[in-house]
Amino acid sequence: MSFWEYVGSRHTQLLTDTYQHASAVFQCMVIATVLGVAVGVATYRTEWAGALATTATATILTIPSLALIGLLIPIVGLGVAPTVIALTLYGLLPVVRNAIVGLRGVDPALVDAAKGIGMSRAARLFRVELPLAWPPILTGIRVSTQMLMGIAAIAAFASGPGLGNEIFRGIASLGSANSLNQVLSGTLGIAVLALLFDAAYVLIGRLTIPRGIRA
Amino acid sequence: MPETYGNGSTAETTAPAAAKPAAAGAGIRLENLTKVYPGTAGPAVDNVSMEIRAGETVIFVGPSGCGKSTTLKMINRLIEPTSGRIRIGDEDVTDIDPVKLRRKVGYAIQASGLFPHMTVAQNIALVPKMIGWSAARTRSRVEEMLDLVGLDPGEFHGRYPRQLSGGQQQRVGVARALAADPPVLLMDEPFGAVDPITRDHLQDELIRLQHELHKTIVFVTHDFDEAIKLGDRIAVLRERSHIAQFDTPEAILTNPADDFVSGFVGAGAALKRLNLTRVRDVGVVDFPTARIDDPLQSIFDLLRDGATNEVLLLDRHRRPYKWLRRGDLSRAKQSLARAGTLVADTVTRDATLRDALEAVLTDNAGRVAVTGRRGEYIGVVDMETLMNNVHELLEADRLDAMEHQHELQLQRAHRTLLAQEGLDGAGGPEGGPGGRA
Repeated sequence: MSFWEYVGSRHTQLLTDTYQHASAVFQCMVIATVLGVAVGVATYRTEWAGALATTATATILTIPSLALIGLLIPIVGLGVAPTVIALTLYGLLPVVRNAIVGLRGVDPALVDAAKGIGMSRAARLFRVELPLAWPPILTGIRVSTQMLMGIAAIAAFASGPGLGNEIFRGIASLGSANSLNQVLSGTLGIAVLALLFDAAYVLIGRLTIPRGIRA
Repeated sequence: MPETYGNGSTAETTAPAAAKPAAAGAGIRLENLTKVYPGTAGPAVDNVSMEIRAGETVIFVGPSGCGKSTTLKMINRLIEPTSGRIRIGDEDVTDIDPVKLRRKVGYAIQASGLFPHMTVAQNIALVPKMIGWSAARTRSRVEEMLDLVGLDPGEFHGRYPRQLSGGQQQRVGVARALAADPPVLLMDEPFGAVDPITRDHLQDELIRLQHELHKTIVFVTHDFDEAIKLGDRIAVLRERSHIAQFDTPEAILTNPADDFVSGFVGAGAALKRLNLTRVRDVGVVDFPTARIDDPLQSIFDLLRDGATNEVLLLDRHRRPYKWLRRGDLSRAKQSLARAGTLVADTVTRDATLRDALEAVLTDNAGRVAVTGRRGEYIGVVDMETLMNNVHELLEADRLDAMEHQHELQLQRAHRTLLAQEGLDGAGGPEGGPGGRA
């Protein structure tokens, strides 16, 4: 059976896996973004807190994904839970780091001006600092997403959703007729998804970065 | 130095502002303001007391690091004073919510401080929105403010700060600071980052604005010429914000309190004096004019019949366009397009005599056209007018200074007399200009 015949005959299963893969990455990315920006906001004003947040998230990233998921299984069981936790944790670092860098990069004169015209602490953050730090934060989200696309494949190890299942099935039945097709379809699917997400981010950037600060 | 010795010109400069019943300004009173930063030996600002009248423009001028900016920022409590009180109008604002305070005090800083991710209109609308103006009122206010600072609302409304020149950004910065109509405007070296020509224009604009609005303005600069040009009164500050002299520009120029002040005034006091008088204060003479769309024949007739051998040609918006001599016309034949000399420079009525002199000196015929707010022709200033005025000014200053000296001597004599009679309870050796305001 050629690769395309395989894809043709299994397209329902492949589409479901692709959808689940995309959905898992997307949802985890939303959580990672919210958490990451929150951590960034909480820590950017003090030198040591910022360093701590960056180091902590960097440390998480050094744990091999297979090991982390393996460690999570006895605690939260199989399936969706370990996948979501692992993906969210891995997604944090680029977001946290870029949020801190972005927020620290806002011109102090502008913060001074915001204070001077009578903006409250919250207004300063939401109307001045975060919008100005948004381009680097969005870059962080983009990098995170690319990374999570690959890591999400490992989630199949913990019976998680996604295209990883295709790949693992193929590896498990190595030598059989369709094993190569399975691995190939899973991998290609992830690559295509990654490209689509990236295109989406370009669009989001166009829509959300105000014209006044667009590069 | 006591704030005001009996000085005739003080009353003179502030009288017009005070006379307006609808003066939008509010007085500011600083009482023993001190700022000590933890971990430093001495205070950054040491026991400053000062009274700024409603509708007055007061300039803090002094060397870098003298604490003038710190003092300014204590007025809207961007820097919290360590001790002392701040009063604006009748209200003690030392302990009120700083956010509320700042919404009532306009604030303009160097390099405009505009938010780059917001349009010009959004920037200006910030404070009105925060204090709860309706959308419609805010919108019309934005238009009004743009118009006020001389930017066309239709054109600049939707632009982003980076699409503006430095001078335009600074204008928008001032518009934003004034948007919610605060009685007090604080300006922290606002024109420090623009080129000298633009700075000059912005200063003229500010003077014009202040003529219309009568805000209480506190303005920080390290440029003494700027201080002279803009200030009703100038506070020359030395280190730790100690007030070396707080008086009108005229008084500081003609009668500096001590060596520190005279060092700051620098050389060329007579030339600087020119910065204190504006074109509107001297006689602007009328000049024969013609419109560009006037029939050629009528311009011919004007030149031939009139006592003059030159007319000023105005364009369709009544703006000065060309100087046209009798000789030019004979060469012009049927068209005015090539005849005459283009008007290279004009001054507004708010321009200083120094600017006018500059323009007159550059012009080969020794005169410059004076224009109104929209660039329309008002009159002409020439060398003769300037010379006469300068002589009068310097003579008047000399008399003022003599009178001032005389008064001081009288006061001193009086004090000595009291001391001799043992009636001066506070003790004699207070020594004139040593005491702090």
